Amino acid sequence: MNELIQQTFTWQNGLIFLGWGIVFLFIVLGFVTYAIYFERKVIGWMQYRHGPTRLGPFGMFQTIADIFKLLIKEDTIPKKADRALFILAPVIAYVPAFAVLATIPYTSTLGFADLNVGLLYYAALSSISTIGIVLAGWASNNKYSLLGGMRSAAQMISYEIPLVLSVVGIIMMNGSLSLRTIVEGQGSNFWEWNLFPQIVGFMVFVIAAVSELNRTPFDLPEAESELVAGYHVEYSGFRFAFFMLAEYVYVFAISALTTVLFLGGWHPPLAALDVIPGLLWFVLKFSFCVFFLFWLRATLPRIRVDQLMSLGWKVLLPIALANIFVTAVCLEIFSK
Amino acid sequence: MIRTEELLLNVGPQHPSTHGVFRIIVKLDGEVITDATPVMGYLHRGTEKLAENLNYTQIIPYTDRMDYVSAMTNNYVLVHAVEKLMDIEVPERAEFLRLIVMELQRVASHLVWWGTYLLDIGAMSPFLYAFRDREIIVDLFNELCGARLTYNYMRVGGVKWDAPSGWIDKVRDFIPHMRKRLDEYDRLVSGNEIFLARIKGVGQYDQETAINYGLSGANLRSTGVDWDLRRAEPYSLYPRFEFDVPLGSKGDCYDRYVIRIQEIKESLRILEQAVAQFPSSGETMGKVPRVIRPPEGEIYARIESPRGEIGCYIISKGKAEPYRLKFRRPSFVNLQILPKLLIGETMTNLITILGGVDIVVGEVDC
Repeated sequence: MNELIQQTFTWQNGLIFLGWGIVFLFIVLGFVTYAIYFERKVIGWMQYRHGPTRLGPFGMFQTIADIFKLLIKEDTIPKKADRALFILAPVIAYVPAFAVLATIPYTSTLGFADLNVGLLYYAALSSISTIGIVLAGWASNNKYSLLGGMRSAAQMISYEIPLVLSVVGIIMMNGSLSLRTIVEGQGSNFWEWNLFPQIVGFMVFVIAAVSELNRTPFDLPEAESELVAGYHVEYSGFRFAFFMLAEYVYVFAISALTTVLFLGGWHPPLAALDVIPGLLWFVLKFSFCVFFLFWLRATLPRIRVDQLMSLGWKVLLPIALANIFVTAVCLEIFSK
Repeated sequence: MIRTEELLLNVGPQHPSTHGVFRIIVKLDGEVITDATPVMGYLHRGTEKLAENLNYTQIIPYTDRMDYVSAMTNNYVLVHAVEKLMDIEVPERAEFLRLIVMELQRVASHLVWWGTYLLDIGAMSPFLYAFRDREIIVDLFNELCGARLTYNYMRVGGVKWDAPSGWIDKVRDFIPHMRKRLDEYDRLVSGNEIFLARIKGVGQYDQETAINYGLSGANLRSTGVDWDLRRAEPYSLYPRFEFDVPLGSKGDCYDRYVIRIQEIKESLRILEQAVAQFPSSGETMGKVPRVIRPPEGEIYARIESPRGEIGCYIISKGKAEPYRLKFRRPSFVNLQILPKLLIGETMTNLITILGGVDIVVGEVDC
């Protein structure tokens, strides 16, 4: 794939690239469809329920039916809403979610763009989604939406910084922002993954990442019991689906990023297990990350806004900074 | 020039966390509440006025629909008041059955509170766990009186239905089961850091304020006032049983949470003793005239419902219908402190405090 990007642009390879893009789009959409199904099933089991069972074998087609329902629903725009922004907001929230996936290396060969600033690209693009959420909150002309949108902005600012700082340690260890180089820097045994030298960074990263995803216990922008549905309270039909889609694509993206940064990407946990293809290891680790997010949702209550802020600024940020410092000192001592 | 203004926000009547059709108009400065006005009455059905045209037995189903989460205690307060007015002796077996259903109801009611409170705070699973266990109690009631929510079980002078065979054994089996579950829930929720951070020190008031506002139940006991009518003004068979009245000290949402969980445990203790002493045979209906005509007079009877002091005030003119009937509903009285508690809190704490008060809108509006 990478050679393809390096080539001079012709119609031929342009079409191939487009083809791959479409294939990947469907893979991600398929993931989203079944991630929602998986979430409903997993949480259902955790709560002594069955989850969807009716449509198709084991309720497998439930999400497809739900998406179809959203498609055929009436698209309502509130009379007093800011029409242009109202329409634009879900797009702004959704497009970056997809664009960040370009830099994720799935195996040593499969991956789209191997940018030398891959990690920066991810962090920069993913924060654009928040603008979409704030816009949605503002444009809906609804007080609950506005509160949700504002919360989202505050949350993004507080958590984007620890998120980026928590991975600086890894960047220092590898000397590269390229995600592929970061995976290659990790070994084929689980103790050679970034997880262990960067355990502090990992913890900060996970907390900040969950917050970035606006998922429980940090789902304040859409806090159901307070703000009804937060920023998307006025959205219906497919515009609403776009927000949901963005949320689940980010689940995909952040799980893939965690796998790449900390869990050794396509590397097996033991060198002896190298016979099993890398893609499978990637999928396994990735699925565990996804499961972890759903698990949190079934277990934890929601944190309060002021506590969220103080956790971000007073706890995560100093820890992330200390982690950078300790990493630098260790690198200085051990690399000589 | 940036113009700032207060945001006037209508919370409810259609809002997921107002526990029915309750509405609060809040003024927000950012997310901080500067003013709060509760609006009640969306569920007002005029129970008290309707009662003036009904005979006493006919009023009982109306009490079911006041505090629909705890219908048994509502039944009891009415029949208890009439019995006091008429000096009716209730057979022991009937009184035992009443006590058992009331304590089961307290467990069920606190479970509903626990589940919905956790849902308010953002944890989804406890809600389903609570309803799973409440289901067992509801099934027991269903077996006893054929209804799951509005039981219409008690009558002046006794109870309508005797316990079917094996029913008491099922109650006996339920007690250890519930204890085990409670421990599980304690491990899942009570020690959760996020949960504790959310409720500790929130919605605090002192003893004097609590008494001045006429609070009762866990809302009062959370400040450390030892006032449980089962102990302070014993009714039914409560003096026969051993139980503690859990007390708080700080008067915050955390204390109210702990008290309600402890009360479930105490109720199980009472149930255990009641089931052991349950008379194997006997009447379930006392000697009551065919038409209940209390003598002229007034009476106020009060008992401890899961939400606090529920009272029934009857003025009788010697007719089959009451001249005036008034219910003192704990939810309504406890709610009065809400505007005071809300000022200066955030939108998030509004939900925490409102949930902590434990209201049932059917009872607030009556």
